Amino acid sequence: MYDKAVRRRRAVLAVLVALSLTLLTAYFGESSSGGLHSVQRGAMEVLAPIQEGANRVVKPFRDLFGWFGSTLDAKDERDKLKKERDALRQQVTELQVDGSENKQLRSLLDINTAGGMKAYEPVIGRVFARSPSTWYSTVEINKGSSDGVRPDQPVINGEGLVGKVKSVSDGNAIVMLLTDQEFGVSAKAARSGEPGSIDPAVGAPGDLLLELVPRGKLVTKGERIVTAGTVSTRLKSLFPPGILIGTVHRVDEGEGELDRRIHVRPAADLRRLEFVEVLTKPGTDLRAATTPTPTP
Amino acid sequence: MTATRPAIARLVALGLLGSILQLTAVAQITVFGVPADLSPLLVAAVGLLMGSVPGALFGFSVGLFVDTALLQTLGISSLVLTAVGYWAGRLRELRDPAHGLVPVAIGALATAVYAIGFSVMQFLLGVDAPVSLLLVRQILLTIILNTLLALPVYLLVRRVLSPLLPDDPRRRRRRAYTTGGLSPLSRA
Repeated sequence: MYDKAVRRRRAVLAVLVALSLTLLTAYFGESSSGGLHSVQRGAMEVLAPIQEGANRVVKPFRDLFGWFGSTLDAKDERDKLKKERDALRQQVTELQVDGSENKQLRSLLDINTAGGMKAYEPVIGRVFARSPSTWYSTVEINKGSSDGVRPDQPVINGEGLVGKVKSVSDGNAIVMLLTDQEFGVSAKAARSGEPGSIDPAVGAPGDLLLELVPRGKLVTKGERIVTAGTVSTRLKSLFPPGILIGTVHRVDEGEGELDRRIHVRPAADLRRLEFVEVLTKPGTDLRAATTPTPTP
Repeated sequence: MTATRPAIARLVALGLLGSILQLTAVAQITVFGVPADLSPLLVAAVGLLMGSVPGALFGFSVGLFVDTALLQTLGISSLVLTAVGYWAGRLRELRDPAHGLVPVAIGALATAVYAIGFSVMQFLLGVDAPVSLLLVRQILLTIILNTLLALPVYLLVRRVLSPLLPDDPRRRRRRAYTTGGLSPLSRA
């Protein structure tokens, strides 16, 4: 009797471990259009309405906890904001000068797509679930392919770049945040104009690195980093130019130019996302700039 | 523990509600910059109350649900949570711990095993990441936060599963001490 129970217990454990390893191997080995991925997307489609409903139900409790947390953090935040306000005043002055120069340059280049984000046909989505894991920085939104959302479209909020669409089902989408280990975007420093690439600092959640900067010395603490975009039709960037990604908050000096590590703090508060915008026509500007105007 | 329909229904409801609550609410409330993670606490509590086989099965199912709902690599959470559930169940079967703070210690250990096991799996799958101080800090804070939640979660799980459970070890031992273990009221 005892032996039978022991054998049964060990058999169950062995089966579960074997099943997990089989799933892991099969999932890891197949492409994103494979069978397990499809099953996962189907399950997500079923679970999404339940999660969204639960999200609405628990929102008041979440807000209550958030209120306590916010009150505790308020003093620190006030001091930080005062410093930020002073820095912003200085920045506004600089921006006014830059703005007038920019206006002249734009008129010279005859760019007629100087609109805001409306040009990219944004679709507003509500965040209703998020990954608690350090390794997978994703959120789930209630807009999907039926709203025009497609994989790889940029996602922003009022503060700056949030990430990109990772996967889409009919009425929902998974958004990969810019702190996800798989995320990457071409970027440039707003003031010095130095180009580079923004990648997450893997193993340091919430931190980004500006890499592949040719003249890293020119990029200093406090500088804003924006998406670089591109005007090439051959190598289109997924992201329109000029979207704020974050601010340089630390520069680790190395022995040489290549060892320099520029740390960027995301402008968007990725822990408190309620609504985001998916830019469903991110290439609008590029097409406008590259399509030849018809001659009468 | 026999797998009766009410037992399975209660475990399924517990797993589903717990996981949905985790995804929609708990994961969005951060304390010191990290959210709590109910999954290892739920699995450890079920293992501790019901034994190794239900614990392992519950861990596998919760892990599979979490991986599916979050579009993560299938199998990672299942594997780690299976180990957590089995281990918690074996502890009950071998030691039958009766101290009131046992769920707290088990909750902390289960969270540590889950967080570290998950990270190790990621490294084994080829994520090129340094073990930064920030990551260690995040894991430690999650363990502390989960330790604080371990007892309430355990009590809640015990309440949900109470019709299926034998007596509490402490009560069982007290009765055995006073009646020589021959009480006709004993359900164990």
